[in-house]
This record gives sequence, structure tokens and C-alpha cells, in this order.
Amino acid sequence: MLQLGIKELAKYPFLAETGDYLRDKGFNLEQLSDPDWKPVVEKAYGRIVVATTGQIYGGDIENPDLEILSFVIGIILLKSAGISTLNRRFSLAEARRAERYLEQGLNALQKDRTILENLKLKEESIQSSLKIIQDLFSIQVEMEDDRLKIRIADYLKRAVHFNEREWKLVNRQVESGYVYLSSHEIVRLVRKELDVYINSKIQSVSVSFIPETFRERVGDLVLLAKKFSTTVIVSSDYPPCVKHAIEVLDKGENLPHSGRFMLATYLLAKGQTVEQIAPLFKNAPDYNERVTKYQLEHIAGSSGKGTKYVCPSCEKLKSENLCFAIPECDGIINPVQFGTRRKTNA
Amino acid sequence: MLEKNINFVEAALKEYYFNNFELIHVPSRTSEREFGYQKFNSGMTRHLTIKNDKDLHFLLMTQMPSDVYCSNACYSFPNLPMSEKDWKEAELIFDIDAKDLKLDCRKNHTCFKCNSCQCINEQSSKCIKCNSDKFDVISVTCQNCISETKKEVQKLVQVLTEDLAINKEKILVYFSGNEGFHVHIENSEYQTLDSRERADLADYIMFNGVIPETLGINRQNNSKMLLPDIGEKGWRGRVAREIFGTKSKRPKIIQEILLGGYSAFQSRLEEMRHTIGVRIDPKVTMDIHRIFRLGGSINSKSGLSKILCKDLENFDPFSDACLLGDEKVEVLANYPISFRLKNKKYGPYVGETISVPKHAAVYMICKGLADVTQ
Ligand SMILES: [Zn+2]
Ligand SMILES: [Zn+2]
Repeated sequence: MLQLGIKELAKYPFLAETGDYLRDKGFNLEQLSDPDWKPVVEKAYGRIVVATTGQIYGGDIENPDLEILSFVIGIILLKSAGISTLNRRFSLAEARRAERYLEQGLNALQKDRTILENLKLKEESIQSSLKIIQDLFSIQVEMEDDRLKIRIADYLKRAVHFNEREWKLVNRQVESGYVYLSSHEIVRLVRKELDVYINSKIQSVSVSFIPETFRERVGDLVLLAKKFSTTVIVSSDYPPCVKHAIEVLDKGENLPHSGRFMLATYLLAKGQTVEQIAPLFKNAPDYNERVTKYQLEHIAGSSGKGTKYVCPSCEKLKSENLCFAIPECDGIINPVQFGTRRKTNA
Repeated sequence: MLEKNINFVEAALKEYYFNNFELIHVPSRTSEREFGYQKFNSGMTRHLTIKNDKDLHFLLMTQMPSDVYCSNACYSFPNLPMSEKDWKEAELIFDIDAKDLKLDCRKNHTCFKCNSCQCINEQSSKCIKCNSDKFDVISVTCQNCISETKKEVQKLVQVLTEDLAINKEKILVYFSGNEGFHVHIENSEYQTLDSRERADLADYIMFNGVIPETLGINRQNNSKMLLPDIGEKGWRGRVAREIFGTKSKRPKIIQEILLGGYSAFQSRLEEMRHTIGVRIDPKVTMDIHRIFRLGGSINSKSGLSKILCKDLENFDPFSDACLLGDEKVEVLANYPISFRLKNKKYGPYVGETISVPKHAAVYMICKGLADVTQ
């Protein structure tokens, strides 16, 4: 595995090296009861709160010990609260945070290294980006002149999960077995795997003992989760296609435009307002509040020419692979009919 | 197929296999492959394992199959049902078939056999004898069909070697035994790709789904700086060579493109799928659980062999893949179009009893154009 400097570990505290670091520091759960640890616990709590709002925790790698320890304590807090949506949001936000650093490392690789300041630090950041992408995701990023490239097969295995046409291989620069990509695109390719990796790390931690000083913040997290779960209304009365769309968005995965359109038109038809629907899209990888609101208002017919759009038919959704029909769907031709039809000859 | 035709063709195939064991082999990683075969007038037998060449030859002699297949995939348990096979990887395969190319020559060598009265029609609206509207399409392949499919194979090989960096030695081009070519890629880094990933690879090869932005044409603010250059690699270079041709025409053509705008360029790219795109059958490439005709075996649609083409340019399927015997056989033939085999012209025939070499007799019977007389 990698040998990382402490500043690099502060960027990627979910790596296995964190265990070695904690051992070196002589870290143990009992000592956390000491009031000296209060600032770290507060930072950890803040880190989780930021994550639940869908934002990315900025961090401060100039203070690497605090950075690493607040991540570790964050996990202990989450494990103690035991609420899986909080874990999911935390791992997603941590993944996005790590993405920034991975991208910075790849960017440094593309620049002429002779004129970089802090050469040693930059070099470390390049090496850790390359090694993490190689070790965690088995992708070797290579450089040719100042261009980054990966093998075509490595590209296809990830890019096929994106729906936008620019990710089709035919819309990429392909030469001699490689796809040429920007640092941003390479990191975008591994987003999902990074999230899954961090989430599995959180899952694998077991906490045998919760220090007394943590109890208050654990309680706050439980309250926070309650408050925040009311922003997403997942009703059991929704048809499976709508439930699926909400789940996809909730996981921070990409839902194609046709799926977003279906979800929006369905919920509008059920009497929800743009303000109620907009938060559903908050976890989407390309979320932009202003654009989302604008699009929703457009679909609702409350802006522009005022055309009101209706929910697509089941047949249309089937053709777009958005239909997940269950027996209760029998006899309906549009999702909005779900649950309203009763079999007449029952 | 009529009983007497089956007996005759089975005997001819058995004789071919007996005399040509050196042409038909099990592939590498034999024990991880699924085999299958078909007999005339019956369904497919799948999920078989075969240990070695000897067992394969035994099967050919005892079962007298019309067609023999083998998976391009490797499995842990190839003889279990599909869901339990445990797929490991599959060689990349491509199928280029003349009938998918929609060539103009096609109508000159296609006819329609009425399902109810068996009479041959030149059109498929209504049978001239019995008014039925159910037909079997019968087509022989002409030299033009073969040379056009060869061009597609050459385009494919170019994309595979230049863009995908597949070594030429690993690209095996087979004549399919009927109307086209099968291209097998041995041992490549693409073997672990799943069906969806292969679908996108197929789109790449076919030049499907390209957006104008890829070629530097945006919805607004276009600049000639972003347009492709003929020296570029990959599709940008191919598009540039297709639209610019010579250097001197370039400035004028660039002007036209920039003036024409986004959607005009988009439809131009759409059309280019048929010229620079490679017309493979994407369903074959995407299917990672397929059993595929085994090299060296006879294709029962024609009686020709699926055979490796070492020199594609000079390959002539109508003699190089026509490997059955020459003894004369009497058949009753009915076919309004002529064809060539081993440099000899046959037909057209109007219900005539003729004496032809065995390879021609099998060809006509397999195509449904003749019956043996005894
Ligand atoms: Zn008829
Ligand atoms: Zn033809």
C-alpha cells in the first residue's frame, strides 16, 4: 500500500494508513473522555452537519492531526448514532472532498514541474493521486506530453454508467488503446467507487464504547436526521418508477434527464409545489439550485410560455428503461394512475 | 428440409469432416467453453462441453450436425444452465454480413419461395400461383456483396489496430460460410468487458451517437480552430479526411460548415455512419453468452465452410470456402438467377433436372433451390 506523508493522509483519511497513524499516536477510545478532546469532537460534529446539507467540508490540511482525528471521531459519532442516511451523506461529502484533492494532484502532474513552488509537496500530491487511483480503482493514469490518458477498457467500465452523450466513447479522443481525459473527468469517473469505498470503510468500523463526552452530540445527530428526513417525502403510495428515481437521487447518483422529468411531472400532478420538489435533486452530481428551480418552474408551466407538461406514459418510460413495474401497476397506462385504479371484477 | 435432401447433405458433410479433420479444432481453454450443435429440422443442443479435437471429431461423425458452435466466452461451469455457468470473460467478436449493408445488387440475386406451394417468386407481395403472402427469402451472394463486406472488414481492422491498439496478429478474419465475415479477437484487454460496455464499443466502431461538439461544432460561437485536421488520429481524423479531401478545398469547405450551423453538421455526421462507420452487427458484439459458428465447420445455409482468410484481399469464398466433393449428382433445380461456384456458372434453372458437382448440389439444396432426384 501507499506510504503517505501526514498532509496527504489529511486529504484522504479514509485510507488504511490512518490505522497506522492512530497506532503511532497511541490513540485509544478511553482517552477521548478527556475534555481536551472537546474541540476535535466539535470539529467532527461540524464535519457531519456540513455533509448532511449536501455541501463539501472544506478542511484544513495545514492542521493535519486535527483533520485526520476529526474524520475518525466523525465516524465514531456516526456509528453511535447508527443512522444509515447520515452515513451515506457523510461518505458522499467526504468522497467529494477527496475528489478535489485527487484532481489537484492530477493537475499538478500536467504542469511543468520545474517551475512549481513547493516542489516536494506537489510531488507528493501527484504521487498520492496516482497511487490512490491505481490502488483503489485499478486505473493507471498515464501522461503523454501534458495530456492524461487511461486504457479504453478502464474508461468503458465506468463511463457506460453516465447517460450524457459526451461520455460515449465515440465522443472521446481515442488513440492507440487510450482515452485522453482531463483531470476533472478522470476523477469524475471514479466518484461512485470512491463513495462506495468510503461508505464500506464506515461500515467496517465497530465501536465498542462511546465516551460520555460524545453523548450530547450523538443525540444532536439523531435529532438532525429526523429533521432532515422530513425534507424528502417518500410515500409508499408512489409507483415503483417514482420510488426508484427518488432512491437514485438520494444516493447521489445520476438520474437521466428523462427520469428527472418524470419525477417532477409526477409530483406536480400529485399537487406538490416546486419548493417541495426541488430539495429532491440536491444530491444529484450536477446539482445547481438556480437551474433546478428554473427547470421545475418551466415544467410546472409557471414561467415562460406557461405550457404545463404532463407525466410521461408507462410505455414511454419503459422505452427509456425507467419502468420498474410491479403487480400493482396492472391496468395503468400512466404513473399518475397508480393506486387510484381498483380492479373492477375483483 | 425434405428427408431425402437431409440424408444427402448429412452424408456430404460427414465425408467433408472425415477428410478434413485438420481444418476443425477446439479453441484454446477448451474445458471452459460451451459447445452446441444443430441437426437438420431440429432445435439447438447447447451447454455441452468437449474435451479435445478427438471428442469433437467423434461428435461430428456420430451426431452428423448441420451446424457446430462454440462460445467466445469462458466459464467456470460451461455445461450448467446459463445462470449458473459463472461467466469469466469472452473474446471480442464482430459479424459483418452482406445482408445488413443494403446493397443495390441485393435485389438482383434475391427471390422468394412461397411457403404454401413452394413456387419461386421474384417479388414478395403475393404468390403468382396460390396468392399466399408467406415467403422464405432466398439469396445467393454475389461478388459485389463479397467485395463490399471485405471493405467493411478492412475498415474494422483499421479501427481495431489504430484506435483500440489490438495487435494485427490477434485479429482472425473468417469467412462466415454464407454472406459475410466473422472477426475474432484473440486474447485482448477487452475480454472482461460486459455487454453494456461492448455496446458502447460497438457504437464507437460504427461511429454511432457522435455529437457535433466532438468535431468542434458547437451550438454557437464556432471557430475553425476547433475543427479536426486530416492528420489527427481516431474519428476526428477520419471525419476530416472524409469532408476535406484535399488541402486546397479546405478553406471553402470550412466556410460552408460554419455557415451551415449545428444541425446541418449533425445530419452530415449521421450520414457518415454509412460511409466511414463500420457496419458491424452490434447485437453479435454485445452478446457475451453467444455460441458462435466454429471455424472449419460447414454453414448449413450454404454448404460453404467457415474458414480463416489469411489473405483477405484475394480471398474468394466461392472457391476457397467451397470444399465439398466434385462427384456429379442429379438434382431438380428451380431458380431464376445464376450464381458461380469454383469458377463455374450455374443457372438460371426453371424446374430442370441437372447433373452438377456435389458442392453445387449441396449449395442449391441448402439454399432451398433444388432437391435431389433419388
Ligand atoms: Zn404459392
Ligand atoms: Zn450482391
